[in-house]
Amino acid sequence: MTATGPLTTGDAADAGALPLPLRPPANRVSPRAIWWWRLRAVPTPVVLLVGQGVAWSLLPAAPWHGLLIATITLTVLWMLAGTLVVPTLRYRLHRWEVTDEAVYHRSGWLVREWRIAPIPRVQTVDTEHGPLQQALRVATVTVTTASARGPVRIAGLDADEARELARRLTETTGRHPGDAT
Amino acid sequence: MSEREHRGPAVPGPAVPGPAVPWDDNARPGPAPATPGDGDRPHPAPAVPDPGTPPGPTSAPAYPRPGAPVVHGLPPGRPGAAPAHRETAGIPPPWARYPTPAGLPAAPPAQDDGWRRLPAMMLLVAPATALVKLAPAVIALLIFGAGRGSATQLWIAAGIALLAVGAGVIRWRTTRYRITPERVELHSGLLNRQRRSVPRDRIRTVDLTAPLLHRLAGLSVVKVGSGQSAGSDSGLDLDAVSTGEAERLRRELLTRSDPDTGPGTAPGTGPDAEPAEEIDRIDWSSLRYAPLTVSSLAAIGALAGAGWNLLREANIDPRTLPGADAVTGELTTAPIWLSALLGVAVLLSVMVAGSIVLFVERWWGFRLTREPEGTLRVRRGLLTRRSLSVSEQRLRGVTVTEPLLVRAIGRGAQAGVLTVGLAGAGGEETGGGAIGPPVRRDRAHEVAATAARAEATITSGPLRAHPATARTRRLVRATVPALALPVAAGVVAYLGGPVWPVVVAVLLLLAAVPLGLDRYRALGHRLDARYLVARHGSLVRTTSALRRDGVIGWRIRQSRFQRRAGVLTLEATTAAGPGSVLMLDLAPADAVALMAEITPDAVAGFRTGEQAVSAAGGSRTGSG
Repeated sequence: MTATGPLTTGDAADAGALPLPLRPPANRVSPRAIWWWRLRAVPTPVVLLVGQGVAWSLLPAAPWHGLLIATITLTVLWMLAGTLVVPTLRYRLHRWEVTDEAVYHRSGWLVREWRIAPIPRVQTVDTEHGPLQQALRVATVTVTTASARGPVRIAGLDADEARELARRLTETTGRHPGDAT
Repeated sequence: MSEREHRGPAVPGPAVPGPAVPWDDNARPGPAPATPGDGDRPHPAPAVPDPGTPPGPTSAPAYPRPGAPVVHGLPPGRPGAAPAHRETAGIPPPWARYPTPAGLPAAPPAQDDGWRRLPAMMLLVAPATALVKLAPAVIALLIFGAGRGSATQLWIAAGIALLAVGAGVIRWRTTRYRITPERVELHSGLLNRQRRSVPRDRIRTVDLTAPLLHRLAGLSVVKVGSGQSAGSDSGLDLDAVSTGEAERLRRELLTRSDPDTGPGTAPGTGPDAEPAEEIDRIDWSSLRYAPLTVSSLAAIGALAGAGWNLLREANIDPRTLPGADAVTGELTTAPIWLSALLGVAVLLSVMVAGSIVLFVERWWGFRLTREPEGTLRVRRGLLTRRSLSVSEQRLRGVTVTEPLLVRAIGRGAQAGVLTVGLAGAGGEETGGGAIGPPVRRDRAHEVAATAARAEATITSGPLRAHPATARTRRLVRATVPALALPVAAGVVAYLGGPVWPVVVAVLLLLAAVPLGLDRYRALGHRLDARYLVARHGSLVRTTSALRRDGVIGWRIRQSRFQRRAGVLTLEATTAAGPGSVLMLDLAPADAVALMAEITPDAVAGFRTGEQAVSAAGGSRTGSG
């Protein structure tokens, strides 16, 4: 408990909003991840809009249409935010770094989250390419530890980078014996 | 006959004597009930001859062939076989020589490779258990369907019984298990064949459970927990083997997880030489906490719900019960406050009585011991005996839990363990890692410390308080959701509704204030030489002491509001218990200093500022 010095963020991009004496991880994810996040934010609001459209045509106008206008407006706003604002925010905030000692990842936009998994505690390294991710040549690398609360999910990495990262992590963690609990 | 390889040097008789610590002996209510099913009690005959209980006649049909290996139970008329029965376990199993009817799975390929079958008593116990579970339905069917075509109902009931017996027989015939040096394997099922296999080095827990019927037959269910993800692959249930065999399995499987001990030497390492060290046993003054625990109240609610459902299923309207008219008559004539008071009093007394009954059932004969093979063991239960064992190597820390009522009224607390393989949400079976009933607070801290092999109590003592902004946050978070109620009630009142909901809602809002303050008071953390201690919660205040080397990662969360308040939430993730130890609303500098102290290598490289180098260097020398 010695750290009482000035609180620095070390991250100018965050406009000094982080009074956390940890520097941000070194690497950004792939810029193509922005499009991945954008496309992923589309289906749910669209389904909701279709549902509301059906409701519009089926329900009597008197009490319902006013309510539906409100919910449809909210849904559209949500979709706009999810496709235009949030992905860029995420791209600015999501960062990752893997050293010989630890996997370090920062994510989230409304609630920010930092995760650190020491390399000797890493149990498995999974790479995930969904159909959309394959089309955009991005991938998700999940580094799990023995804790149910601890997996580090680095989403939106460049596919080649992800493969290289998984290979390197597997190699590094292989050097540490034990069951990592 | 060849010996099974996994036994190894342990095969000679003395290595596996009768249970030196018959795990349910301690709490048998009085002398063993002289039920016929209890004929298995002389099972540990080599060690403890028990001439008082003759072999039950019920096991007779199960062993029609003389010379068949008797693994469990004692065949009538062959008492002389008792001392040898453990050796006979190595002989090829009898089913190998039985003609295999078409449709049944063939006998195991090699009969002397260690496959064992369930004891024949299961032929009785499994159908009986199924019937007991089905009994309400069958009884309802017999009683309430009797009006029309009573014969049909009888046939249906008989069919159900037959099905239960048939399923039991099939299960018995198709289930077999074996323990090899590497794995525990269980095969079962006829149509839906299941093959379960758990690597022995993954075994975290071995729990023995003996529901009443199993107990009467001298059997126990063995649950092997591997502590992997809490999915269906997390372990296997061996339902059931004789209690002596269960005890032997428990010891063998848990000892194996000690890396110092070779595979086969497990049961022979002389666990009988040292007695188990008793850490805690039931203290019936704990009974006063019974009505104060929420879990028992919830259980009462569930029971009442089930009873109500049963009445409804049976088409009984409680209002038509005899005497109900008189009661309702009395109630309607009495003033409303009196009937309300009466109702509350009746409800309360039912809850108190029920919670006491449940408490006694759950904690009867409770003992917490440290077994010589290095496990912590909880034994408890009146009707259903349970024995939960956790390997001390899997122990990562201890907890002390104080539910609000227990803490405020009874000054009590409950000790628990953070163990790899016991999820915090383990449900009723593990009770979230609890290792005892609620007891006096200082006693709970003491038990937790003893369980962790600590010299002094680690879960009590002063903690570093969290910043004052945390208090504001707790207050806001407690009251803002509660604000919705007065607002809603106000709107209703404004629109012409009754006024009393507003009063109630405002009272609730006022009650949220002390709750928020109490939540702040609970917050705190401390870093000891060996433990990270953290506390939070008001309705259930939890103090966790996690061993430093049990921390396997970090997780920091900071919402927009937290960012403004200059605090964050830190979780030390761990393989044990619920997966992490939570520290709410820490100052960021504190959090990072804590992280750097516990895992210097992983964190030092990411710290900023000039203190990063000095603090990391200092902590490294400090902890090393």
